[in-house]
Amino acid sequence: MAIAGMIERLGAAVIDGVITLGNFVMFLLSALIYVVAPPYKPRLLIRQVRTIGADSLFLVGLIGLFTGMVLGLQGFNTLRRFSSEGALGTVVALVLVRELGPVLAALMVTARAGSAMAAEIGAMQATEQIDALTVMAINPVQYLVSPRILAGVISFPLLTGIFDVIGIGGGWAVGVGLMGAPSGPFFNGIAQNMTGHDITTGLLKALVFGLVVMWVCCYKGYYAARMATGVSQATTEAVVLSSVLILAWDYFMTSILL
Amino acid sequence: MERNGDTAGATIVVRDLRRRFGRQQVLDGVNLDIPAGQITTIVGPSGCGKTVLLKHLNLLLRPDSGSIIIDGTDVTAASSRVADMVREKLGVLFQAGALFDSMTIFDNVAFPLVEKTDLSRAAIARRVLEILAQVGLEGMEKKYPSEMSGGMQKRAALARALVRRPKILMLDEPTTGLDPTRTRSIHELVRTTQQKFGLTAVMVSHDVPQVFEVSDRIAYMHGGKVELSGSVAEVTATSNENFQQFLAGKAAGEEERPLSQVVATPGR
Repeated sequence: MAIAGMIERLGAAVIDGVITLGNFVMFLLSALIYVVAPPYKPRLLIRQVRTIGADSLFLVGLIGLFTGMVLGLQGFNTLRRFSSEGALGTVVALVLVRELGPVLAALMVTARAGSAMAAEIGAMQATEQIDALTVMAINPVQYLVSPRILAGVISFPLLTGIFDVIGIGGGWAVGVGLMGAPSGPFFNGIAQNMTGHDITTGLLKALVFGLVVMWVCCYKGYYAARMATGVSQATTEAVVLSSVLILAWDYFMTSILL
Repeated sequence: MERNGDTAGATIVVRDLRRRFGRQQVLDGVNLDIPAGQITTIVGPSGCGKTVLLKHLNLLLRPDSGSIIIDGTDVTAASSRVADMVREKLGVLFQAGALFDSMTIFDNVAFPLVEKTDLSRAAIARRVLEILAQVGLEGMEKKYPSEMSGGMQKRAALARALVRRPKILMLDEPTTGLDPTRTRSIHELVRTTQQKFGLTAVMVSHDVPQVFEVSDRIAYMHGGKVELSGSVAEVTATSNENFQQFLAGKAAGEEERPLSQVVATPGR
C-alpha cells in the first residue's frame, strides 16, 4: 500500500511537472505569436524599452565601471607575475565582451526590472486587472507580455554593449591610469585580438538572456497565486529562476558558440 | 424548482451548467434565465457558486458541461474570436473594481474606447467626461485609483464598464467593503443607469435584503444550483426552507464569510 501510494505521488508530481513545463512553453509561444501578429502597439513597446532599458542605464553603467576596474586591478597584478602587462587590454576586453558583460548586465536587469515586472503583473492578477482586460476583449498576453519580451530582446544587447564599453574604460583607468600598465598595448591588444565573433557571441547571449528573463518574470507574475503572499513568492521565484537560467544558459551557449 | 418559462425573451440562458474544481462540484446543474432589460440578482450563502457562475457568464471560466447562450450566441465552447465578439456586448464590474492602478481615472475609463474603437481623441474625452458625470465623479478624472475611496473606485469602475454602452452589465458584489450609506448610493446608481440605458443587468450580491429593493428578479443559489428564481415578490413570498433560513442569516457556510464581507454588512 505504502509503495503504491509513493508511486502514485511520484506519478502525480511528474504529471504536474510536465503540465507546468507545457504551460511555461505555451506561454512563450503565444507571447511570440502576438509579437508578430497585428495590431501593433508601438506605444507599449516604447514604454517597456524605457522601463527595462533606459531606466536601467545608470545601474548597468555603474556595475560595468566597477567590474572593469576590478578586472584592471586583478588583471594587472596577475599579468605582472608573467611580465605580460601589455596583454591587460586584451584580457579585460575579452572577459567583459564574451562573459561578464552579458551575464552581469542580465543579472542586474533581472534584479531591477524583472522583479518589478513579476510583482506588477502578479498584483494585476491578484486584483482582477488581468480579468478586466480579458472581459474587455483585450488579450492580456498580447497587451502585457509580448511588449515586455520584445523590449527585453531589444534592451539587453544594448545594455550589454554599454556595460562592455564602460567596463573597458574602467579597466583602462585602473590598469593604465592607476597601476601604470602601458597604454598603447592596452588598446592595440584589443584591436588585434578581439574578433567580430567575440562581439556577436556576447550580444547573442544578451539577446537570449533578454528573452529568458522577460519570459520567466512575466510567467511567474501571470501565474502568481491571487493573494499578497502569492505576489511576493512570484517575485522571488522569478528572480531566482531567471538568475539560475542566465548562468546555466551562459555555460550552455558558451560551449556551443566558443 | 421555479423557473421562468419564456426562454425566447431571455438575454442569457443557462442550462444544466456544471463545473468542478478538484474534488468540489462548485456548479452542480445550474439553470437560469436572465430576461432582457431587468436587473437579476444572484444571492446565496458564500461558497454556493454565485461568483463562479458569474465568471462563466462573462466567459472567464469555461464549464465542464451544460450550456450558456448569451444574446442568441452559444458561448459554451466558443472560440476566442466568438468569445471576444460576445464580450463586446458586456460591461463587467469586478468585486474590487479592478481599475488599472498605473492609470488615472480618465485613462481607465477611456481605456476600452482607446483600445477597441476608432473614435477620435476629442470624442473619447467627451464620452469619458459625460459618463464620469453620470456616476458622480466630475472633476476626479486626473486622480489615480489609489487616491480615491472605495465607493469612488466602484463608481469609476462602473463608468469604465458602461463607457462602451454595453447591452449587458455584470456586477460582482458591487458593494463589497462599503458602508450601508454608500451601498445604497451604489445600488441607486446601478438602478438609474440600468433604466437610462435599458440594460440587462446581472448582479451577484450579499446585501440581502437591501439589494431586493433595486432588483427586478432574484435567483437564489444553494449548493451549486439555482434553487429558486423569480420576481422579487415571488421569491420573498416563497416557503423554501433554505431560502428562509438564508434570509434569517442562518444559512450553512455563513461563518466562512471573509471578514471584509462581514464588515461590509453590519447589523446582520
